[in-house]
Amino acid sequence: MSTDTTGVAAPGTPPTEVAPTQVCASTPMGYGSMRRKEDARFIRGQGRYLDDIALPGMLHGAVLRSPFAHAKIVSIDTSAAEAHPKVKAVITGETLAGLGLAWMPTLSHDVQAVLATDKVRFQGQEVAFVVAEDRYSARDALALIEVDYEPLDAVIDARKALDEGAPVIRDDLDGRTDNHIFDWEAGDSAATDDVFANADVVASCDMLYPRVHPAPMETCGSIASMDPVTGKLTVYTTTQAPHAHRTIYALVAGLPEHKIQVISPDIGGGFGNKVGIYPGYVCAVVGTIVTGAPVKWVEDRSENLMATSFARDYHMHGEIASTKDGKLLGVRVKVLADHGAFNGTAQPSKMPAGLFHVFSGSYDMAAAHCAVTGVYTNKAPGGVAYACSFRITEAVYLIERLVDVLAHDQGWDPAELRMKNLLKPEQFPYTTALGWEYDSGDYPTTLQKALDIAGYAELRREQAAKRERGELMGIGIAFFTEAVGAGPRRTMDILGLGMADGAELRVHPTGKAVLRLSCMSQGQGHVTTFAQIVAEELGISPDDIEVVQGDTDQTPFGLGTYGSRSTPVSGAATAIVARKVRERAKIVAAAMLEVSPDDLEWEKGRFHVAGDPSASAAIADIAMAAHSDLELPEGVEGHLDATCVYNPPNLTYPCGAYICVVDVDKGTGQASVRRFIAVDDCGVRINPMIVEGQVHGGLADGVGMALMQLMAFDSDGNHLGASFMDYLLPTAMECPSWELGETVTPSPHHPIGAKGVGESATVGSPPAVVNAVLDAIGVRHADMPLTPAHVWRAMRGEPIRTDLAIG
Amino acid sequence: MQITVTVNGTAHTREVEPRLLLVHFLRDELRLTGTHWGCDTSNCGVCVVQLDGQPVKSCTVLAVMADGREVRTVEGLARGAELDPIQQGFSDKHGLQCGFCTPGMMMTCRALLDRNPDPSDTEIRVAISGQICRCTGYENIVRSVHAAAEIERAAQEVHQ
Amino acid sequence: MQVPAQFDYERATGVAHAIALLTRYGPESRLVAGGHSLIPMMKLRIANPETLIDINDLDELKGISIASADGADALRIGAMVRHTELLESPLAVEHFPILVDAERVIADPVVRNRGTIGGSLCQADPSEDLSAAFTALHAVAVIEGADGRREVSAREFHTGPYQTVVGDAEILVEVRVPIRPGSGSAYEKVERRVGDWAVAAGGAALWLDADTITEVGIGLTAVGAEHFCAAQAEDYLRGGPVTEERFVEAGRIAAEHVRPTADQRGPEDYKRHLAGELTTRALRRAAARAQHGTEA
Repeated sequence: MSTDTTGVAAPGTPPTEVAPTQVCASTPMGYGSMRRKEDARFIRGQGRYLDDIALPGMLHGAVLRSPFAHAKIVSIDTSAAEAHPKVKAVITGETLAGLGLAWMPTLSHDVQAVLATDKVRFQGQEVAFVVAEDRYSARDALALIEVDYEPLDAVIDARKALDEGAPVIRDDLDGRTDNHIFDWEAGDSAATDDVFANADVVASCDMLYPRVHPAPMETCGSIASMDPVTGKLTVYTTTQAPHAHRTIYALVAGLPEHKIQVISPDIGGGFGNKVGIYPGYVCAVVGTIVTGAPVKWVEDRSENLMATSFARDYHMHGEIASTKDGKLLGVRVKVLADHGAFNGTAQPSKMPAGLFHVFSGSYDMAAAHCAVTGVYTNKAPGGVAYACSFRITEAVYLIERLVDVLAHDQGWDPAELRMKNLLKPEQFPYTTALGWEYDSGDYPTTLQKALDIAGYAELRREQAAKRERGELMGIGIAFFTEAVGAGPRRTMDILGLGMADGAELRVHPTGKAVLRLSCMSQGQGHVTTFAQIVAEELGISPDDIEVVQGDTDQTPFGLGTYGSRSTPVSGAATAIVARKVRERAKIVAAAMLEVSPDDLEWEKGRFHVAGDPSASAAIADIAMAAHSDLELPEGVEGHLDATCVYNPPNLTYPCGAYICVVDVDKGTGQASVRRFIAVDDCGVRINPMIVEGQVHGGLADGVGMALMQLMAFDSDGNHLGASFMDYLLPTAMECPSWELGETVTPSPHHPIGAKGVGESATVGSPPAVVNAVLDAIGVRHADMPLTPAHVWRAMRGEPIRTDLAIG
Repeated sequence: MQITVTVNGTAHTREVEPRLLLVHFLRDELRLTGTHWGCDTSNCGVCVVQLDGQPVKSCTVLAVMADGREVRTVEGLARGAELDPIQQGFSDKHGLQCGFCTPGMMMTCRALLDRNPDPSDTEIRVAISGQICRCTGYENIVRSVHAAAEIERAAQEVHQ
Repeated sequence: MQVPAQFDYERATGVAHAIALLTRYGPESRLVAGGHSLIPMMKLRIANPETLIDINDLDELKGISIASADGADALRIGAMVRHTELLESPLAVEHFPILVDAERVIADPVVRNRGTIGGSLCQADPSEDLSAAFTALHAVAVIEGADGRREVSAREFHTGPYQTVVGDAEILVEVRVPIRPGSGSAYEKVERRVGDWAVAAGGAALWLDADTITEVGIGLTAVGAEHFCAAQAEDYLRGGPVTEERFVEAGRIAAEHVRPTADQRGPEDYKRHLAGELTTRALRRAAARAQHGTEA
């Protein structure tokens, strides 16, 4: 690491009064709002997404899925499908078992069926795979496969999963007699109990963070192509983590890693849906091996919603303790975590509840404790996905709801209660009762800014006046602390792979550059942002820096993009690799100018001799010289390039204060979001326009989850949100014009002081919306989503259980 | 059966199955992959193209139903190197992130501006209310359409 | 992506041709207009017609106009009229704002560009909006078959969920709404999100002579109202004065007689509540429009 990596100066941070989406007239030499480089393709329809790829001779796969949530497979007859003139292969669990591929490891120390052999364990589970000449024929052939099922009782209500006599879902596992997966605790139980025993006030609440789905507009898919001559397997796939996929394919299929190339083309949104490896991907690989032709499999929307990576499903009992004058003392929570039929949550391996244990939130609290129990149910596997920062969504929802419940019980103003208990700037770095070291933040200023933008006092006056007239409006506040940029290798790994990421930078002789990254954009604008980081460090225009990502043959190893980790990890790697190049450039410049490197000073884009700005070398000239016959000091290699693997010393801790204003129709229960104020602090902003866009998208998620997104199940285990007719995502009509603000407290340990922001708004916004609706109707608690029916029922004191069918 | 569909000004004649969806005709037969698909139920709108000038969801139109008609897709927006103002607006105002809904959004908004050169925020939001974007929270799409309208107004003034 | 099973396709050139094709291909053939109800069901392979008969070229089924017969005027809406056309129709705005209210909340603008009035009515989804609106308006459906045309009241058009009186070899050609003076109408819908099917919705039409309700129509959808109609509430109101109390009571009566079923849009009690609430609201707005014009 070069000597100047600890600087946290933010030279490119624009003044806050500049409207962030106002792009600079010309490309900035570093940070600032600039148009995205990738957009030139996208706006012309020249994106290249998975389903846009057509390889010569390519075949098409389709998956036959279980109509039952729990059933024994008695027999499968594929003969009619195989007789279809356009069908090339029909693969069943039996076929895979012969290859040792019927089961695959999950990211959470469990196994998952690729194609069911013994029984099906959730509706939509993969049972057979057809490979045909075209996608229509593949679909036709599915109808020709006869499966004889013997239905079994299903475990649908997670709260009954551990009941005596409950059907055992995972009888494939040796000795398994119940549906228990794990118990896990964090925090000091005794100290927390002690705080609660002595507290003046305790408020408790049962709450469900329901099962939701990331539902990117592009579904998941894969094209596998095995070259029969070289034995090289190329997998084009919608993955946020190409390198992790390659390693897992190597481990699962026993293929040599150097003979596997994983290519992630443009991704039409990921949000955590495209982290894991799904059975369809494995089937496509088997399909190409069996047929000798490339095989494409792309899930349809129902398959996406039913089978791949749901998120959340946390049944929580939370308690919060305070003094009688509102000083928060402690928080404790018991969680029942519904992991579905296979434990396939995707998070740091040592943390079965992810980073949920940041649930003491943004407050100075003496004690905190959680106990999490994971259970199997007859539902799809998943749980950690959807911009959740490894379950910080659930944690923030818990604490921000509890604070409001306490305020509700005591008649306290929720803004005042929060302000009184927020961590103070001088307390950073702050070690929480649960062991996290928050790096930096100015929480009171952030909240105050949001209150000011909202005009909080005036809103409360308006609310009171409306109540007089019998009209309902509500104001909801949430303050969140995120923990992103996983993570330090000693504590965080996935399948034993440490969560470090690489970057490689090469400056060409003409002074243009190529940066290669292990992370993978799904719309976050890496091609632009990462070029700007290099530009800031080296003074090469972002327009002259190519950013390469998504191809394992072209990029360094690393774990990819999720958990808001790209800027905290790969961004740091990029800054460091650029600084390494700058160090080399300094030696070359010294040779060019015939001075000692110590006599050189850096100004963006050139070195000059101290005290003589006219004696200078620009980066482009240095690049040419580095590749030329210029004699360099002994031991100094030519050319201008460097590599870096960044192992984060800590997570970064963005924060934000969100205020939501809703109106509720008393007669119908319809809630509409009138205003939403979001003040985010993600440290130094590289491209403020992109940061703002990231926040916008997450705020829409909050409106969606709080008001409409839901996948419930009936008692037979039928999925009741299996299409976009039933799983509702917010449109432009439900979203207000977002009102944003910012504070900037750089991360002290990150090379450029940046923190992640991709998931902040998804994490922070749901409790703000829920708090607002409940504030409007004067109800202590009701679970998401607050649909009109649910709001109406909540007003009558009969809230609906939102994870089960409405009966 | 044989159909002829004029796409972005060029007539294409193909032999197709009656069940072929227009979106697949465009993507698979003509290799115009700028038009995407995102659901099966005509709820998401990433497949929107213009059929005889009107935005429609091409996942719910049979290719044979477009026989003899005119289709315009995202590939037909720019004139050579010159972007359509709607494309410029989306680029200037960060109206896209992953880019997947963008072609459909632009085709709808292009049609909106053709009818209404100065739409209000609400008119824009209504126009795109049958289309889902998971990235932008819609705010910058609204700004993009305003920006496009402004570009067109400025161009008109130059002409006059 | 889900795709339909194979089928044959015919493009009809006129109503008579369409009827001939229906006759030739029999009950396994289906008409396709906008296709926005049928094609998704075909993708799901819930609907598997052997032959699709495309009626998009049938100009005689297009257009919105005033038809006069026997000295009485009616608004004539062709079966192939797209939802967008009805939404933007000045005649609809002038005579029956309930149709504009309803169209504004049917599906979304892009679907409305393609979906047709006839398609929506013939799909006969029990949550469909126009069925309620036309019920409120005492509209008449005109159906044509090989033997000529017949007229059926909108209230008798549906024989059950997804079922209508239109025969296998018949075609809905238009809907007629009688125009009489003193009318006001409105439509109210609760949906979980823009573009969703109704949790519950209701429309009301009133014909006033001064302050007396000479005729009334109340249509309800998604709540299990028989024939989409709140007949008992209509009976209660007919002949009496316009008062807030009576509109509330009419809502109560309407709620009493619906038979909603619980689903993910809401429990039975909530839908029943909405049937009443929306009936009252629609009546209120319909009365205001009758008394003060459509801006009300």
